[in-house]
Amino acid sequence: MFVCHCGTNIAGVVDIARVVEAAKRMPQVVYVSDNKYTCSDPGQGSIKNAIGEHKLDRVVVSACSPRMHEKTFRKAVAQAGLNPYMLEIANIREHDSWVHAFDKEGATAKAIELVRLAVAKVSRDAQLHARQIGLTKRALVIGGGIAGIQAALDIANSGHEVVVVEREATIGGRMAQVDKTFPTLDCSACILSPKMVELSSHPRVTLLTYAEVVSVKGFLGNFEVEIRQKARKVDHASCTGCGTCWQKCPEKVKSDFDLGLGERTAIYIPFPQAVPPKPVIDLESCRYMKYLAFTASGAEGKKPPQCRICEKLCPTGSIDWEQKDKILTEKFGAIVVATGFKTFDHSAYGEYGAGAYPDVITGLQLERMMSASGPTGGEVRRPSDGAHPKTVVFVSCVGSRDEAKGRAYCSKVCCMYIAKHAIMLKEHDPEVQSFVFYIDIRAGGKGYEEFVRRAQEEYGAIYLRGRVSKIYQEGRKLKVLGEDSLIGRPVEIDADLVVLATGIEPSTGVVDLAQRLSISYDTDRFLVEAHPKLRPVETQTDGVFLAGVCIGPKDIPETVAQGSAAAAKVAALFSQEYITTDPMTATVDLMKCTGCMLCAQVCPFKAIGSQTMRDGKVLANVNESLCKGCGLCAAACRGKAIDLRGFTNQQLLAEVTSLWQ
Amino acid sequence: MAVEFEPKIVGFLCNWCSYAGADMAGTSRMSYPTNIRIIRVPCSGRIDPLFVAKAFQMGADGVLIAGCHPGDCHYAEGNYHLRRRFALLRPFLDYLGIDKERFRLEWVSASEGKRFTEVVTSFTEQVRRIGPRVALGGPRAETSPAEVEAH
Ligand SMILES: Cc1cc2nc3c(=O)[nH]c(=O)nc-3n(C[C@H](O)[C@H](O)[C@H](O)COP(=O)(O)OP(=O)(O)OC[C@H]3O[C@@H](n4cnc5c(N)ncnc54)[C@H](O)[C@@H]3O)c2cc1C
Ligand code: FES
Repeated sequence: MFVCHCGTNIAGVVDIARVVEAAKRMPQVVYVSDNKYTCSDPGQGSIKNAIGEHKLDRVVVSACSPRMHEKTFRKAVAQAGLNPYMLEIANIREHDSWVHAFDKEGATAKAIELVRLAVAKVSRDAQLHARQIGLTKRALVIGGGIAGIQAALDIANSGHEVVVVEREATIGGRMAQVDKTFPTLDCSACILSPKMVELSSHPRVTLLTYAEVVSVKGFLGNFEVEIRQKARKVDHASCTGCGTCWQKCPEKVKSDFDLGLGERTAIYIPFPQAVPPKPVIDLESCRYMKYLAFTASGAEGKKPPQCRICEKLCPTGSIDWEQKDKILTEKFGAIVVATGFKTFDHSAYGEYGAGAYPDVITGLQLERMMSASGPTGGEVRRPSDGAHPKTVVFVSCVGSRDEAKGRAYCSKVCCMYIAKHAIMLKEHDPEVQSFVFYIDIRAGGKGYEEFVRRAQEEYGAIYLRGRVSKIYQEGRKLKVLGEDSLIGRPVEIDADLVVLATGIEPSTGVVDLAQRLSISYDTDRFLVEAHPKLRPVETQTDGVFLAGVCIGPKDIPETVAQGSAAAAKVAALFSQEYITTDPMTATVDLMKCTGCMLCAQVCPFKAIGSQTMRDGKVLANVNESLCKGCGLCAAACRGKAIDLRGFTNQQLLAEVTSLWQ
Repeated sequence: MAVEFEPKIVGFLCNWCSYAGADMAGTSRMSYPTNIRIIRVPCSGRIDPLFVAKAFQMGADGVLIAGCHPGDCHYAEGNYHLRRRFALLRPFLDYLGIDKERFRLEWVSASEGKRFTEVVTSFTEQVRRIGPRVALGGPRAETSPAEVEAH
């Protein structure tokens, strides 16, 4: 038994000496020592020495959470020649000293009981043996934003096959919508497009755009994923992307890519540099589709036009009305999730017009306007009348740092893009005067603070510290009522254009995806990393990695770094020939099993089948490579014939009982 | 003056969400009463009614079960099985003469350290209010910290 001080983390609250004394009196315990840091090299060394010296056959470490260092200590005891599963951890830090700092007496008493509990469990630990199985060295990347692109390229360049699944008709994500990038003001498309092209032409990359993950089965090294390729009604194998169809299509609708500021046709590519540069037909707006729906419904009245102009004009005959959604089943060894974000819907802010004023726009909309390939050809114009705005007001933290709107967190990039916008506006038109209402300026990052200063000093943006209380239309102007809290006076500005820095939130559908992958998300629906500091791109589910804004708000440099980090993790995994499986699987006691097969019914992984014994009896049989060790079967079994290794009935009952010893 | 009754509570927490949520409470240095003793299980669906019965038989003043939110179970559906089992088991406690309110099921995710703290605090208060258990026939231990150590 090794009791850890964890510096003062545990020892500052729990009376270690008393824990050691109590442990010494526990019947199965033959050796107790305490360490400053058990996880350190000398700490682990003392475990190994003691195992040899005192012929220990099982070990309890009373320290931090097993989720933190179980693996570390398993390795240490294995190095000393013990079976690595002859180890238990009493969590006296996260579950004790850290939460009971104000009750040292209670915490010490609790620590002793937690130790007793672990002793009860370890005494019933059995030797378990991990098995080695092969793995598929092929990765799936979900989301084709800059995070996904970077991850996929790095994995492909390390020699492995990658499939990228992107929901939209093009890869690129939000970065493709952005015009220039802070703090260097290099053009987003110029740095992104080459990467998009590189990805699509990479021999080891398969790009599936307009596709979604439907289901995920299996585990680390051996995932089986169903992917739905949505019907594009265009045969991409023969399409050359010549553009005749989208130039001639008569049906115009608002473009999602341009956030409603521009139009696109029913057969379209989202933007000129889209990858793949081949169109899809939007089933909802296509005239022929409407015609088909109308005739199928048998409704009376005037039929919509049949149209089919694209089909008539397509030089390669690539329009395929019969094309349906297709389900592909693919095998992967690792999965990277890079589903990014969307921006906060500001209709929640009634005081800012709830989306009713055309000249109150979002930061991302302004990006589209500034983009040379955007809806206004790079000119900033008021959506209401097309005039060039002269007075522009920026409102920060719309849907960020606002608990009343359920968004307590900071979106991190807004302060920076506001400064960028203020600079860009002035460059577009020197007569523009920008006002920025801010709460705090968050400009942590290389060259960031300097950048914000430039916006103020060189480009004359006026920064006002305070919230905007109301915006309303007055004639052609927007009245902005706010407060300058530094001088404590109300401010009123007649603006031509108001730009709301709408916060960042996870993409739609991320919760469904997380559930399919068995990974966690937090209350804001951002995906949860395995450890916030030390395992920032891993998840608790082995073989599933994360990158980019799906974890939390961040800028492009950080996103790219995470894409590469996730790829490095995948490459390291793929450098192995085998993976070791967790031996904590279910096991059947054939003497007790009656063959009722209730266990097979409750098993979520279809890991339990039957076996016919020599006497003709049909009994349960666990397929260990499918079993994930949830223990549902063990809890369901009436005869207690099936049990879970590592968490046996006997162990759990002994843990309970130990609390009254 | 009577010393305030300190209940003993057994908590069964699934590894992936609630145990991690309890860890999160620790990492965030939140604070809750010391009465709970946490037993880690891989999934809430691993919890056999027998474990709960055993805890009450031993003299537990309360039993808390916590798992992932519906839909979030690491094994997809373990918590649904547990929820059904819980619904069947709870009324049964009445027959045993155990107040149903001593048995609680909560969903706590890995990031909900605050929620875990609130759950434990309110459950401890609730059990404290109900008061000590009446003997069941099984050993009812009136353990004090001192006695625990003396063992
Ligand atoms: C207005 C604005 C301006 C900005 N300006 C800058 C700047 O100047 N400099 C800077 O460094 N950063 C800037 N940023 C931040 C930058 O946009 C992000 O850091 C970056 O885009 C994050 O990339 P990502 O790949 O994580 O996410 P995204 O770009 O959101 O990409 C995610 C991709 O995944 C896809 N997807 C989502 N869900 C699924 C699913 N279930 N299945 C398949 N695919 C899915 C999406 O369609 C998308 O293509 C700005 C942000 C905003 C809002
Ligand atoms: S893993 Fe948490 S309830 Fe199943």
